[in-house]
Amino acid sequence: MSDTPLVEMRDMSIAFGGNHAVDNVSVDLFSGEVVALLGHNGAGKSTLIKILSGAYRRDAGEIYVDGELTHIDNPRDAKRYGIETIYQTLALADNVDAAANLFLGRELRTKWGTLDDVAMEAACREVMGRLNPNFQRFKDPVAALSGGQRQSVAIARAIHFNARILIMDEPTAALGPQETEQVADLIKKLKAEGIGIFLISHDIHDVFDLADRMSVMKNGRLVGTARTVDVTEDEVLGMIILGKCPPGAIPGPGALSEAA
Amino acid sequence: MTDHTASAPVSGAREITPGPIGRFLEATEIDTRMLGMIGALAVIWIGFHIASGGVFLTPRNLWNLSVQTASIAVMSTGMVLVIVTRNIDLSVGSVLGVIGMLMGVFQAEFLPGLIGFDHGATWLLALAFGILVGAAIGALHGYVIAYLGVPAFIVTLGGLLVWRGAAWWVTSGRTVAPMDSTFRLIGGGTEGSIGAAASWGVGLVTCAAIIVMLVNGRRQRRRFKFPLRPLWAEGVLGSIGCGFVLAAIWIANSYPWPKRIAARYAEAQGIEAPPEGLFISHGLAIPVLIAIAVGVVMTFIATRTRFGRYVFAIGGNPEAADLAGVNTKRVKMMIFMLMGVLCAIASAISTARLNAATNAQGTLDELFTIAAAVIGGTSLSGGVGTIAGAMLGALVMQSLQSGMVLMGLDTPLQTIVVGAVLVLAVWLDIVYRRKTA
Repeated sequence: MSDTPLVEMRDMSIAFGGNHAVDNVSVDLFSGEVVALLGHNGAGKSTLIKILSGAYRRDAGEIYVDGELTHIDNPRDAKRYGIETIYQTLALADNVDAAANLFLGRELRTKWGTLDDVAMEAACREVMGRLNPNFQRFKDPVAALSGGQRQSVAIARAIHFNARILIMDEPTAALGPQETEQVADLIKKLKAEGIGIFLISHDIHDVFDLADRMSVMKNGRLVGTARTVDVTEDEVLGMIILGKCPPGAIPGPGALSEAA
Repeated sequence: MTDHTASAPVSGAREITPGPIGRFLEATEIDTRMLGMIGALAVIWIGFHIASGGVFLTPRNLWNLSVQTASIAVMSTGMVLVIVTRNIDLSVGSVLGVIGMLMGVFQAEFLPGLIGFDHGATWLLALAFGILVGAAIGALHGYVIAYLGVPAFIVTLGGLLVWRGAAWWVTSGRTVAPMDSTFRLIGGGTEGSIGAAASWGVGLVTCAAIIVMLVNGRRQRRRFKFPLRPLWAEGVLGSIGCGFVLAAIWIANSYPWPKRIAARYAEAQGIEAPPEGLFISHGLAIPVLIAIAVGVVMTFIATRTRFGRYVFAIGGNPEAADLAGVNTKRVKMMIFMLMGVLCAIASAISTARLNAATNAQGTLDELFTIAAAVIGGTSLSGGVGTIAGAMLGALVMQSLQSGMVLMGLDTPLQTIVVGAVLVLAVWLDIVYRRKTA
């Protein structure tokens, strides 16, 4: 692991109206590392990563990739830096098929400049075959697919284009136990390939199983960041619920001040 | 959460072994919805044929029907893209009107002073001018909708009033006529048809194109080892397609020039006319060819280009398209520009057909265009629609209209029927979708 973080978000702030959804939050991520973002609903986790993926424009703060200042103003910019996102809502166009979703915004084209649907379907069959070997419904619009199948399409889209930084927002929320395990295996595999992963999850067991570090947010502010091995599940729950930063963690601006 | 999730039968209820018709539809991959529309059209045609005492299904009426449908059909192809992205364009009738006036003045009053009367290039310059104006109006609508965030309903409702007023203002209400003699051909008529031989030529080229498409599609699927349609199904599809095309050409060719015009033509050409009169076929009308060409190009744009893919993706989930990196604002603006261009083409057809530009031209066309798209299966909730369906929808609307005229129904009654049919068609579509979804 090198000294320069793959991604560093420094002093991020964004407000919607008077609501400071993300307030002065800094997180970083090294290559081959899984960093979990934890917090209650509305703590600002999804908003924070949506800034990184280009969906929201920050009010303040700087994003560095490989130590260099970036200009991420929209999702196209983020993708240019190799930042791919699996959204909690999956963000699939329900009325078109798996291949069209997989390549949305990055369609393969023939030498005439037209869509190369056959090549896209072939690539889609190949990548889906690895992720979800039972998947056969290549001609159906994704609206007709099951939750797990839709999830695999969203995952396939994120990993097919050589992502360096992967953001996973509740990747297992819609899945059964078996598929959840598949996603866990996938995360380990991607990590081994040197991809950095931001993982948002409600499942604290998952987080302890997969993450190297975790950052906890509460009311839009960073409570603290800790290595998984330095904290217990109870301490993490304390961070999430009370904003109390345990001794094993580095406190952030949102930590309870009288914590001792 | 149960442990059935992984293997939950998603469509168990529908997986009953299909009967012979089901198997046929499955093998040929024919769209059942389209089939339903063709069926409805057949019912309408046969019904009117009987009710009108046998004048509906004649070459003459069908030929006229095809010409009358052309203008709305052209605009309906653009309306599909507009509605697919969950927008609406209420201004197309007025835009058609103002472009018609501008093209009329341009060719009848501006150009003659510049390049002389009835110059060979007049029609082309007038058409190009109209298309430019259409693109500009569409770009303005699109900019306000996409970049300033004003809902399309409001922008184009405003456009409906603004452009109708502008159409009047071009000449303070005066009708401009006549149009350039070559420009007039765009509107059809005896002169504006391509005759028997050329029509057969168009037919054969179309048939060849159908066969090439089938063969090419098959080759592509084989290249990537995808499941292929059975050979007999390919054969059936090819035969049906070619059969339809050739039948349409045969009908167009069975409609002769009016006797007097034919006789005058014979005299001018020094041909000796037989006593029963010379039989000169109309063949396909130029506006019909334009509409078909527009349909082919628009289908290509909708299904084979990135732009088309984005249009449908935006319709399915605007946020997802945005997050996937699609420049949704630009795509929206381009859709309205395209709609403007199509209004210009439609305007050329109807102005040429009337041989005059009037400020009332295209009144209520927006409603017929929207109705055609919706009857043709474009869903107002976005994401679903086909160009061919919309054009067929335009034909259904025009068939109703012209059938009622043949039956001698009063105009107020006609509009009542058309309105009721629109609601009925959409209701049937909702029922159909609920059953298949």
